[in-house]
Amino acid sequence: MPDTSVAARPEARELTYGEAVNAALRRCLDERPDTLLYGEDIAKPGGVFGVTRGLRRDFGDRVFDTPISESAILGSAVGAAMLGRRPIVEIMWVDFSLVAFDQVVNQLANVRYVSRGELTAPVTIRTQQGSAPGACAQHSQSLEALFLHVPGLRVCMPWTAQDAYDLLVAAVASDDPVLVIENRTLYPAGKGPVALGGPVQTPGGLRVRREGSDATVVTWGAMTARVLAAAAGLADEGISLEVLETVWLNPFPTDEIVASATRTGALAVVHEANVTGGFGAEVVARVAGRGVPLRVPPLRLGLPDTRVPAAPSLVAGLLPGPDAVAGSVRDWLRT
Amino acid sequence: MDGSQPLADLRQVWRMRAFEERVRELRLAGDAVGSIHLGIGQEGVAVGASCLIGPDDAVFATYRGHSWAIACGVEPEKLFAEILGRATGINGGRGGSAHLTAPGYRFFGENSIVGAGAPIACGAALAGRHDGTDRVALTVFGDGAMNQGAVHEAMNFAAAFSLPVVFLCENNSWSELTAIDEMVGEPQLWRRAAGYGMPGERIDGNDPEQVRDRLGDAFEVAREGGGPTLVEAMTQRLVGHYIGDADQYRRPGERERDAENEPVALLTRRLRDAGVPDDEIAGTERAAREEMDAASAVALAAPPADPATAKEHLYA
Repeated sequence: MPDTSVAARPEARELTYGEAVNAALRRCLDERPDTLLYGEDIAKPGGVFGVTRGLRRDFGDRVFDTPISESAILGSAVGAAMLGRRPIVEIMWVDFSLVAFDQVVNQLANVRYVSRGELTAPVTIRTQQGSAPGACAQHSQSLEALFLHVPGLRVCMPWTAQDAYDLLVAAVASDDPVLVIENRTLYPAGKGPVALGGPVQTPGGLRVRREGSDATVVTWGAMTARVLAAAAGLADEGISLEVLETVWLNPFPTDEIVASATRTGALAVVHEANVTGGFGAEVVARVAGRGVPLRVPPLRLGLPDTRVPAAPSLVAGLLPGPDAVAGSVRDWLRT
Repeated sequence: MDGSQPLADLRQVWRMRAFEERVRELRLAGDAVGSIHLGIGQEGVAVGASCLIGPDDAVFATYRGHSWAIACGVEPEKLFAEILGRATGINGGRGGSAHLTAPGYRFFGENSIVGAGAPIACGAALAGRHDGTDRVALTVFGDGAMNQGAVHEAMNFAAAFSLPVVFLCENNSWSELTAIDEMVGEPQLWRRAAGYGMPGERIDGNDPEQVRDRLGDAFEVAREGGGPTLVEAMTQRLVGHYIGDADQYRRPGERERDAENEPVALLTRRLRDAGVPDDEIAGTERAAREEMDAASAVALAAPPADPATAKEHLYA
């Protein structure tokens, strides 16, 4: 783990995505004495992916390991937040959050509303999700839509190392509960300059990853890389895609998506989650609901409605890669 | 024995009972709507605990928690108003009977999910470790909650970190409509404490004096860094699980036994033994009913919660 401490003024460091997460946690623990950081294996072992390495050493008992008890982790975060702390908790795999969904949906999301703001729950839940070679069916789901159905809960999904840093800092600073869904395939990846110590952002906004005129493609998370690769290939064929990465899914930048779709006249949404009930359906509905005239019916791409197998060859047959995305978009725009 | 303490206890029992009996009338009259769970008969636990709750402490109750809100000092008028969906309710109508929340009174709320408050209480205790207070978190739940995973996780979590949590199980012998002794292998629920490495005991929850004494020990242990305790307070609910429950599942002899053990009967006997005159004893009920009639009348006169505010306070 390189030095991830924040210098007196903003500066760029060469960091991976995972190291950027570490830097964000370090900054939050350093600047906010009310933060606590805990979860399974995150303190002394430094996390199963090594993301939280060194933080126990430097911040003492504000950083601690917990039993394998997701309800206790999330429930105690709710209670600590009610009493003035700012807990940052890790749920090792998003699939594990289902063990304790009550604490997120029935408890955390209700704190501010029922008490009319007399209580708040500034809890940051860090987790990670997605398909990776050999991951089993209970370690590879993309579940963001479950959380996006919950009013009161903010949700973001960083893809770049810079966003892994900025979004997490913004999440911790937010007085709302925020779910930050990272992606474990990205932790060792993307070594590049990450600006540390910049201004704290407010939840919201999107990233225009590529400008284009033929169609608007909305995507998020690790799928962004596949969409951008597809877009680069299609550009050679004369198809110009505008790729919008919606790093924040709640709040969602509906106006910006509507503006882009109005300009291009075509809308596709690509996510790693399976299609039915995926957040892509909501994006399409919002654009349709605004009466945006589209010259082709909207396209939703994602995992087919199936379980996720373990064998890489089976996964490859289900999850759209760059070629499959490009093929689907090409066929779609030709209809 | 001097009668002043049992008289004060009886006064408090009657305040809680008169409150809930008035709530029942309001529900049956249609002024209050929805699912309402009364704890009539169980008041001895909350009365005994009330003086133990310190200024920095935090109480987490269940949907059968009206008496706990009163024990924390919330004005009955604001509770009636909340149950009636009035703008003047303690949560402006967002909580209702089953989700009363009054942090300004150390009452961090009822919870309508069985057992869910226990992990949350661990967090309140954890916060105290970092904010310089000597906070004790009290989580109150029923016997049914002892079979919830969240309670197990919370007990282990609190014990592992020696958190100042008092786990208080109000055992009324009915898990909703089902007998607890048919739903466990070991009906002495307090014995589970040993498995977590914490002290545990069973007490008479009908006797505020005993609750004060024994639960007080648990508070003291927690406050002095000794970690959590499980206290199983034996009690009884004299009414159905919810208003409208036909309550036909009781066992032979149960109601007679309950009528003898419940806190009004117990305290009345104690006061008579101490030589307190009957009219003074009866005065506690009369005063409580007058208070609750007046408080509910004020709540009834208040306007309903304003629908224009229904979307407020969702986000910061």
